[in-house]
Amino acid sequence: MNTAYNDKSHFYGRIWILTALFILLSVPAAICLYYQAWPAGSAVLKGLLGVAPIYWTVAVIEVFTYGPMLGTGGSYLAFVTGNITNIKAPAALSAMENAGVKPGSEEGEVVSTLAIATSSIVTTLVIALGVLLLSALTPVLNSPALKPAFDNILPALFGGLAVVYISKNWKLSLTPLLFMIVLFLLVPSLSSSVGILVPVGALISLAAARIMYKKNWI
Amino acid sequence: MNFNPNSSFLFILAALVIVFVVAQSVFFLVRAYRHGIAIGMERAKLQKTVLSTAVFTIAPAVSILLGILTLSKFLGIPLPWIRLSVVGAITYELPAATSTAQALGLSLSDTITDPKAYTAIAWVMTLGIIPGMIIIPLCLKKIQGGIMKIKNKDSKWGDLFMTSLFLGMISAFLGMVFTDVRSGLQGWIPIFVLLFSALMMGICGILIKVCKMKWLETYALAISMILAMIFATIITPVIIG
Repeated sequence: MNTAYNDKSHFYGRIWILTALFILLSVPAAICLYYQAWPAGSAVLKGLLGVAPIYWTVAVIEVFTYGPMLGTGGSYLAFVTGNITNIKAPAALSAMENAGVKPGSEEGEVVSTLAIATSSIVTTLVIALGVLLLSALTPVLNSPALKPAFDNILPALFGGLAVVYISKNWKLSLTPLLFMIVLFLLVPSLSSSVGILVPVGALISLAAARIMYKKNWI
Repeated sequence: MNFNPNSSFLFILAALVIVFVVAQSVFFLVRAYRHGIAIGMERAKLQKTVLSTAVFTIAPAVSILLGILTLSKFLGIPLPWIRLSVVGAITYELPAATSTAQALGLSLSDTITDPKAYTAIAWVMTLGIIPGMIIIPLCLKKIQGGIMKIKNKDSKWGDLFMTSLFLGMISAFLGMVFTDVRSGLQGWIPIFVLLFSALMMGICGILIKVCKMKWLETYALAISMILAMIFATIITPVIIG
């Protein structure tokens, strides 16, 4: 990998992400100042206690799981624009597969960044357009006929993605896939914590791959 | 000052945030594209990546709109718009709003009118989601250094390492699809949708390889996803009755 390009990606990425952090924190601060309405600290603390222990943990895990997958530029972008599991990671993965480049290679870095940047722009524009047309779109989006389509967006996305990846790496897929299927069958309530289970799946997948690699099965 | 969760001020704030997000994305897009050309990658391949990703992204992006719609009944449009355009995901934003609303004794079914409650929710939504933005600048380079060490030591294992990470992610989401199978035929709908999507992708693969429909590569994932979503709208009423 071209280290000069990568080093600059880190440099620019840090500037962008720290600016984003500043802007993000400025939003509630600006609202408080404009409306002269600072909230009670206890209300914020109580609200945070309900979500922070889980989501801060997930955030730390996500950095270590998705960081290597998305590459440098892709990570700095995806961790600002969000929706990593349902849009950015599948977009990067599919783009690298289609382009025939390896994740972690210089070409992989280019393709992954292009995919994540494109999906960020398109997502932002679709949402902006949707917000502008929300009154017209609300009956369509809320239509009971369309509800099953949006309820099933993840299976619809991962079915197509999985068939490509699993068919090429079926030996590697077997252990994490079986583990996850059995786990969700036994403990269905875990579906709300799938974010935490991604790194679990990655660890199991890595352990199985290491064993198979050492035994020359792959 | 009267508080309106759909005020012009809040919409202006949202617009500023959106402009920033698009600017960052354009910056990285242009930089990656130029670097791709500089290292000898084909222009057509790079353009195809942009086009296929753009097409693929539309349906999931519309599903995010549904998230904004859900939250807008309680919080108005601008705050959910900001939160779901920067870092956020509906899986976080809804619990964050709910948690704070419960702490304040508010109902999510009524539009918020108390500015202090609104700002409390805005702070919780923001503070709960920022650790990733702090950890990435601190740790990403070190994480990648570790990956490079693995690759330099044994390149085959390095490739397997990356593939295994992706497979771990895919497995978690595939496993999740099996969550409700014990609730009867209705619980099998996500599995049918997943299998249909896989079948459509398989057919696309055959058309690309056997029928030489190379152009389909760009749209295969988007097509299989959209067809599977349409399939879900057809089988759900049939199964549920």
